[in-house]
Amino acid sequence: MTTSHESEKKIMDTTVKPSSFADVAQAKPAKTPGTRALGKGLETRGVHAWFGKHHVLSNISLDFAAGTVTALIGPSGCGKSTFIRTINRMHEFIPGAAMAGEVLLDGKDVYASGTDVTKIRLQIGMVFQKPNPFPSMTIGENVLSGLKLAQLKVDNKDDLLEESLERAGLWSEVKDRLSAHGGSLSGGQQQRLCIARALAVRPQVLLMDEPCSALDPGSTLRIEETIRHLSDTMTIIIVTHNMQQAARVSDYTAFFLSDGGPGQMIEVAPTSEIFSRPQDQRTENYVTGRFG
Amino acid sequence: MTIQEILIPAPREITTEPRRSDKVFRGVVTAGGLSSLLLLGLIALFLGYRGFEVLRQEGIGFITHSDWSISTDDAGNVVESHFGLAAMLVGTILCSLVAVVIALPVSVFCALFLNFYSPGWLKKIMVTVIDMMAAFPSILFGIWGFLVLMPSVEYWAKLLHRYLGFIPVFDMQVRVFTRSPFVAGVVLSIMIIPIITSVSREIFSQAPLDRIQAAYALGATRWAMIKAVVIPHGRSGVIGGAMLGLGRAMGETVAVFTVLNIVFQINWQMLLGAGGNVASLIILKFGDASPYEIKALMAAGLVLFLLTLVVNGLANFIVKTTGKSGR
Repeated sequence: MTTSHESEKKIMDTTVKPSSFADVAQAKPAKTPGTRALGKGLETRGVHAWFGKHHVLSNISLDFAAGTVTALIGPSGCGKSTFIRTINRMHEFIPGAAMAGEVLLDGKDVYASGTDVTKIRLQIGMVFQKPNPFPSMTIGENVLSGLKLAQLKVDNKDDLLEESLERAGLWSEVKDRLSAHGGSLSGGQQQRLCIARALAVRPQVLLMDEPCSALDPGSTLRIEETIRHLSDTMTIIIVTHNMQQAARVSDYTAFFLSDGGPGQMIEVAPTSEIFSRPQDQRTENYVTGRFG
Repeated sequence: MTIQEILIPAPREITTEPRRSDKVFRGVVTAGGLSSLLLLGLIALFLGYRGFEVLRQEGIGFITHSDWSISTDDAGNVVESHFGLAAMLVGTILCSLVAVVIALPVSVFCALFLNFYSPGWLKKIMVTVIDMMAAFPSILFGIWGFLVLMPSVEYWAKLLHRYLGFIPVFDMQVRVFTRSPFVAGVVLSIMIIPIITSVSREIFSQAPLDRIQAAYALGATRWAMIKAVVIPHGRSGVIGGAMLGLGRAMGETVAVFTVLNIVFQINWQMLLGAGGNVASLIILKFGDASPYEIKALMAAGLVLFLLTLVVNGLANFIVKTTGKSGR
């Protein structure tokens, strides 16, 4: 066991060896997924995705146990973002986009005919790569914007506002200026504001598409802390290019790869195993930094 | 060492010497930019110069009185003249307001439909048709308005009068429903719909995708997304488009001339068949005007010119002050 000082040094070191990713992954408090009453979780069954004739994602079957954090890693263009966008049906906004397979939330197919897609997106929230608060709204209005957009009623908006900002780790920084505009915050704060906004509609699953890629290291750490806290109450799927981040925040890691054709999932395992004993040679090459 | 002890230099003057090619291009661009300003100035100068004599003669009465008469003796000398634009100014404002009030919602809905609801093939067709409409000769709008629109608008005018007659602008004593500012306003609205639609469509299509996605990801319906993201983003642009339309409506000549019954009497009752606007006055009188009357018409042109400037200035002011911009 290393001292905490040493392990922190290793996290910051960009040339760390894969075994230390595994240390990082193992250093997290252990979790027993699926033991809390958070619903059955999320499954994808044989998901394929196309943009027009371009087949971008092939046969992805993954289980996301309730209350766990799953990191999706892999080189650019391997379909990770497309995959999470099929989960909350954001994929279909792109003209010519198509998908096959099933996405089951608590056993129900979100693509079943007659499904209200807005309800699906309330249950499966999303945080984007670039912070995107609504600039015409104040901080408070931004957090509660989901209620207005989805025409939801709550009894006590102030409590929900505070709770959402608290869960996103932003409350203490903004509680005195809730009526300031969202654009007046720093990039990291804006991203946490977007997380708070996603939390305010109480989703069961939160999708995060490289949420820290536009942020400085300090803000990244704050958001990672937030993710760890949130995983007690919800299922989180995070796309990241940062393997240290995957090691720090996730319980499970799935490795995606495209060999020129559609993106495939090569391997999924508990995060510490992916970084210490990957089953597939390609996973090992990727996590050891030999390519990608 | 304190700050006083350090010798603080004066800021350096920074100069750049552009390349010759850049200088040439800058000259061309500057000439293009200033020429529009120059032309506008020259037109104002010309109108003012030609109209000065009449403006001095009539004074403020030129915009507060509403009679337009000139009598000459056999030798062609002016014996007596009264020129007042009040009725025409009221008509100008009334017609163009009716036009904008009708055209604005139609255009905004049309732009939203094209951007967010219409299938691609329909969008292509409609955009082409609407752009063509903007370039359509206004006389055709006028004739169409006179022959086709007027009979049917009469019905709507009667409805408005019956149910909204308690509002002064919808009230009328004499029941003449045809050739009214209302009909002219409807014709004008059809003429400015393409302008406002094009501007709105353009600005709506620039609504940032990341915010649109954020709204959808929060469970927004399409309409909720439009209200939260697209409208705030496009608000000032739509107002700008409406002002362009208003400017066109105020300056429109032939269509109004064809439809309206030009009467020199102030008429705020938009359903009553009497009115006129400044531009239609000019075309009505220009053909057989004596040299002195021509000067009066030039002065009228100057007033219209200034009115347009004031309205545009006002609109800019409104856009800037209410601009809780969504960008």
